[in-house]
Formats: sequence, C-alpha cells, structure tokens
Amino acid sequence: MKKEPVKVSELNAAERASTFDEVVAGYSESDALKEASRCARCKTPACISGCPVGVDIKTFISKINERDYEGAYFTIRQKNDFPAICGRVCPAEYQCRRACIFTKKGSPFAAREAINIHFLERFVGDYGIKNNLAARAKKVDAKPARTKAAVIGSGPAGLACAGELARNGISVTVFEGLHKSGGVLRYGIPPFRMPRSILDFEIDSLKKMGVDIVPNYIVGRVKSIGELFKEGYSAVFLGLGAGIPSFMGIKGEDLCNIYSANEFLTRVNLMSAYKFPEFHTPVNIGRHVIVIGGGNTAMDAARAALRLQRLNNMAPDTTIIYRRTEVEMPARRLEIEHAKEEGIKFRFLVKPEGFLGDEKGFVKKIKCLECRLGEPDSSGRRRPVEIAGSSFDMACDMAVIAVGLKANALLTKVTPELKLDQYGDVVVDKDTMATSIEGVFAGGDIAGGEGTVIEAMGMAKRASKSIVAHLSRQRRF
Amino acid sequence: MRRQGRLPLKGRRLFIFMKILRKATLCNTEGIKITTMEISAPDIAAKVRAGQFVVLMTGEKGERIPLTVVDSNNSSGSITLIFQEVGLTTKLLGKLEVGGELHALAGPLGHATEVKKYGKVILVGGGVGIAEIYPVAKALKGAGNEITVILGARTKNLLILEAELKGSSDRLLVATDDGSYERRGFTTDILAELLAKDKYDLVYAVGPIPMMKRVADVTKNSGTSTVVSLNALMVDATGMCGCCRVTVGGEVKFSCVDGPEFEASLVDWDGLIKRNRVYADKEKHLCKLV
Repeated sequence: MKKEPVKVSELNAAERASTFDEVVAGYSESDALKEASRCARCKTPACISGCPVGVDIKTFISKINERDYEGAYFTIRQKNDFPAICGRVCPAEYQCRRACIFTKKGSPFAAREAINIHFLERFVGDYGIKNNLAARAKKVDAKPARTKAAVIGSGPAGLACAGELARNGISVTVFEGLHKSGGVLRYGIPPFRMPRSILDFEIDSLKKMGVDIVPNYIVGRVKSIGELFKEGYSAVFLGLGAGIPSFMGIKGEDLCNIYSANEFLTRVNLMSAYKFPEFHTPVNIGRHVIVIGGGNTAMDAARAALRLQRLNNMAPDTTIIYRRTEVEMPARRLEIEHAKEEGIKFRFLVKPEGFLGDEKGFVKKIKCLECRLGEPDSSGRRRPVEIAGSSFDMACDMAVIAVGLKANALLTKVTPELKLDQYGDVVVDKDTMATSIEGVFAGGDIAGGEGTVIEAMGMAKRASKSIVAHLSRQRRF
Repeated sequence: MRRQGRLPLKGRRLFIFMKILRKATLCNTEGIKITTMEISAPDIAAKVRAGQFVVLMTGEKGERIPLTVVDSNNSSGSITLIFQEVGLTTKLLGKLEVGGELHALAGPLGHATEVKKYGKVILVGGGVGIAEIYPVAKALKGAGNEITVILGARTKNLLILEAELKGSSDRLLVATDDGSYERRGFTTDILAELLAKDKYDLVYAVGPIPMMKRVADVTKNSGTSTVVSLNALMVDATGMCGCCRVTVGGEVKFSCVDGPEFEASLVDWDGLIKRNRVYADKEKHLCKLV
C-alpha cells in the first residue's frame, strides 16, 4: 500500500481571500520527512528529466530523509539558485511531478499521488533562508575573475545569471528598468503566492555576493549595448522578459476598467495598490469582475481581484472565462484549486465577443459566445469552435485580459544588429544561448521561453556557462 | 538605490542621480501652481531629445508619473521638468526642496520628435503644455524651420515661458481666455486665422486634451500635418502594462512606446478623455491627504 501524500497546510480559504498573505504555509519538518519517505528512489529517476534544469531530485529527497537539510539545499543549488522561489512558483505538476513514477504515463498532469517535490523543495529553500545558507555557497575560482559582465533585467533569468556569474568571480552589474528588482516575480506574481520577504531575501543574498543592482536604468535608452562594451563590460546577458500585453481586438476593449493583466497586477503587486491610499497608485475594482484567459496570470489576476472585492466590502463576484475546458487550461492545477476554494467562478467554453459601456465610458457588460471543442490545433490542444447563435451577455463592470504577451521591443528596436524571430524574440543558439552579437547572450521569455520561472533560470544558467567560457577565452589575449 | 553622496565606492561609478538642483515657481495664482525643477540625471541628460519624457516617483509609496523633459544640460548633467500641481504626486513633487531627492527617475522614454526641416511650422501650447513645446521649438528652430508659436493661458499671470519661446521662434502670438493679455480668445482662433491666410508645413500642439482636439479639428480643414503629444495615464511607462493605450487610426497604440506623439487627426479623442478620467473618484480621495 502506497502511503498517502502529505497535505500541505494552507490558510483557510474564507480568511485568506481577504488578505494578500501567503496561502500555502508549507511543510513542517515532520511533514517533509513523511513526504520524503514516500519517494520510491527509482534507479533511473524520471522526475529529474522532468525538471527543466535537471535538479537531482532523488538525492535532495534522500538528504531530507537523512535530515541533512543543508546537504539537500546545496544539492538543489547545484542546478537552481532559488529553491524557495521555484518551490513556490514552479508548475511542478507539468514537470517533475508529472514525470514521477506515481503518475500514470501519458497523463496531462501529475497524479495526486506523485511526490510533492515542489513542497519539499520549498521546505529546503526556506530552511536555507532561515539558516542563511546562501552565504555559504561556494565561489568558483575561475579565470575570468576581475572581468565585468552586464545583466539586463532583474527577473528570474537575470537574477539566475547574475548569481552564477558572481560565483565565478565575475563582477556583475544588473540593470533594471523599474524602481524595484525582481521582474515578473515582483510585478506579476502576487504576494499571496510569493511573499515579498522571500524575494527580497534572495535578491539581498545576491547583493551580498557582490552583485551590483542598478534600478531605474533602461538599457537601450540611457546606454546602448555597444556603449556598455565600451565602458568595460566584456559580456552582456539579456533577460528582458516578455513585455507587451496582447489585447483581443474586440469591440469596446478600450472602455474604462478593462485592464491588461499586466497593468492590473503591476498596480496591485509592484505599486501595492491594494493598500491605497497609503500607497498612492490607485486601482479600480468592480462588483462583477470578468477575467479572460486560462493561464497562471489569469488565476493570479482573478484571485487578486477577489481579494480587492473583499477588502472593499463587496460581495465577491469574480469569474474566469476560458475558451476551452478545465483540462486544457495551462494554469497550474494548484492555482485552479486555490481559485475555486476562494470562490472564483469558472465559465468554460466561452469566448468574449465584445464589451458594452455606459455614457461615461465604463464597461458594463461583456458579450460572449459559447464554444465546443473541435479538432486539435498545432499546440495539440483541441481547438474551441464557436457555436452559431449562442451569443449571451454577462454583467461586467471590470475586466482583466490575460491572453498573453508579446516581446517588448524597447531594447531590441534600438539594437539592429540583434537578430530577432518573427515574434520579436531574440534568436539564440539553444545550447550556448548566444545571440547574433558576439559577447551578447539571452535567456528567459525574450529568448523564446514559454513563461515559467524555472525555464528562464535554466536558460540563464546555460548562458552563464557560455559567458564564463567567453570571458576565459578573452583573458588569454 | 544608488544615490548621490551615499555610495561612491571606490572604482564604482554612479548611475542615475536624482537630486533637485534648482527649483522655481513659474506661477502661483488662481489656484494654479506651476513649478520648474532642475534635477541631476547625467545619463538621461546625455541622451534625452526633444519630445521625450521621464517617469518619476517622489517616495517609496508614490505613483510613477510621466513628465516631459523640458530642457537638459549635458555639462551640468541635469534635466529640467516643469509641472502643474494637479494631483497628489505633483503636489508632493512641489513640496521637494533643493537638495532633496526623488525616489525613482527613469528615462528618456518615448520617441523623440522628428527634427528636420519642414519649412513653416506652427507650435501651439496651452497651459502647462507650453513647457512641452519649448524643447520642440528650440530643436525645430535649430533645424532651420520658420517657427510661429501660439501660446494660450486662462489669464496673463498663468502664462509661462513667454520670453524663452520668443527666443526660439520667429513670431510669437498669445491668446488669453479673459483678454488680460494680448488677444482675447483661444489659441485655435489664432491658428485658424493663420491657416486661412497662409500655408504651413507642420502644426505641433501640446495642451489640455480639449485644446488638442480643437487643434485637430481646425487643421483638418486645411489638411496641415498635425502632431500632438498625448498625456495618457501610465504606470511602468516602458510598454509593459498597456495603461496608456489609445486608439489611433483605429489601432491600439501605447503612448509610452509608440508615442507620445501621434498624428492629431487619427487620435480617438473621446476615448482618451474618458480613459484619463478613470481614477477621478480615487484622485479626490488622495487629494485630501495633502
């Protein structure tokens, strides 16, 4: 008989939905030991191949079993610098947990019985933070010491790259366009999923390693990439992220109180609009909020909206509409569950057609069409097909559009030597992450990443290896 | 946060400074206060061109607001901003004194004005928008254009930068709503007369949205190419959030990265007016705080 998976403790759904406090409280030591003991320690652990950066999951779980939490921490750190972050935001059910022996082969996502690798990782990461283990991470004494590298963007890719380069003795400057570092971890992911103290701690430990983070600095505007080289930087890493929110191009989309998910979440997360007027950035909240999309961003936006409704003493009424069904939703299963628990409503197989507003230009209604699933499209998911004559209206005095992002061209536009693909992403060599400019590397969403933190970090790791090699070569001359 | 005086570690250079070097009140009457501020920002000063803006925060809990860079001085490494106290953030900015610091400052943002020889150019500035046409007037004058400037203010005491703009133009005309100075009426009255008499190659207008909308209406008849610089609400101001989206020629454009300048005849003015009022209720709330 397999042992039951250990449930993670969470804040009560009714209470938590009125705060921005972290929902998942994490494993206690005894929880972690119990869960770790369930691991089958497969001879050829499939979970490792399910991890985009190849964390040695089997070993770190064994170390937990031995109560060697420090050993577990450094096992993860060999491949992943930020276990406390990834343990919170990784879509584990599509990655390591889906590959786990306890998940049936071919399942779209992990079985309930799959080892809760992400909760164990988080336990280890939090142990690392509590005991300040990051300070003990080994420095590599490599050739390129005393050379300078510039990292552009302080999101997951930029932070991972900076940490890796610093460990190699390279002096790193991270340039961030916003006033705070963290990129999407700061402006996109709400505090109830990633407490700011964790993010601040991880960024601080990079600073303690000697990484210089310069906020308010928009490379491409104040300095070109060429000028950075002239100022003595010998390599540049582009971790620019995905930038521009997509809109649907439907009628009435420019009405007031229709937000892109990026705007809504930036106001709430980066600018702390949920603490208005103590914080000065406002955000409006509607009585009938409609969120459009099926990804993690849609879940985050909906859960933030519901919290704002409660904080403003409104009856919670937030609905996610999605063109396909729950199975096809790209969001993490955990977020979907959490959203449901908190009272988010879901309307599947519904496609927005347009918005109607009042005389002041505020949205009042959304027009939708019902869909059914057709043949699979190029992504392998079954395509939504509109049902003729199925048009209907829903009350909607605020909408959040979370249907994806396009590349931000702020830097790439002024760097014509940089080769881009048809989507405006930077073209890179998949192994070295090298771009078309010598000494310039890229990773994360701007290099064709699909939006997971861990994937961006994996790309950044590969890029950092190439940067170290590139700088070592240079030193010989 | 890299700040002047605090962190000059050996061998490291400082990046964005944000100290207030100079401050002066341009007008403070009839409930309207317009202030000019020179702020140290060497890296921005070295790169900024006419028509571009910066985004700033006055404090940790503040908003990010965009302001056009009115002037820059590469040798003193400073930029000049001119603002009217209209909301909480501009009021807090107005409270900062020389020697004080901003919390955040980033730029230069937006496209620069296309500076070339057009021929005969009319620049229309209304209210605090006069500050925004000043760098454009200088740049276009420098490119050999014949410059006519039309300034508009509610009353004489609210007129700013008249002397500066006189120096950067071939002809300067003024309209005041109450007739307390020069011509009584609107800038668009003068504009319509000029366009009826003569042919011009470009009209460039910055001011309150109703003024810019009227300029667009006036120039439509003569078919004169007309550029306006829009003051849409922004958050990140780097193309990430879409707050500043405006419909231009039927397409969604982001003021921060696609603008802030657009062809006036293509702008959906009513949409912009409505979107700029989206936080009207919240602003009332904030203004009680100061």
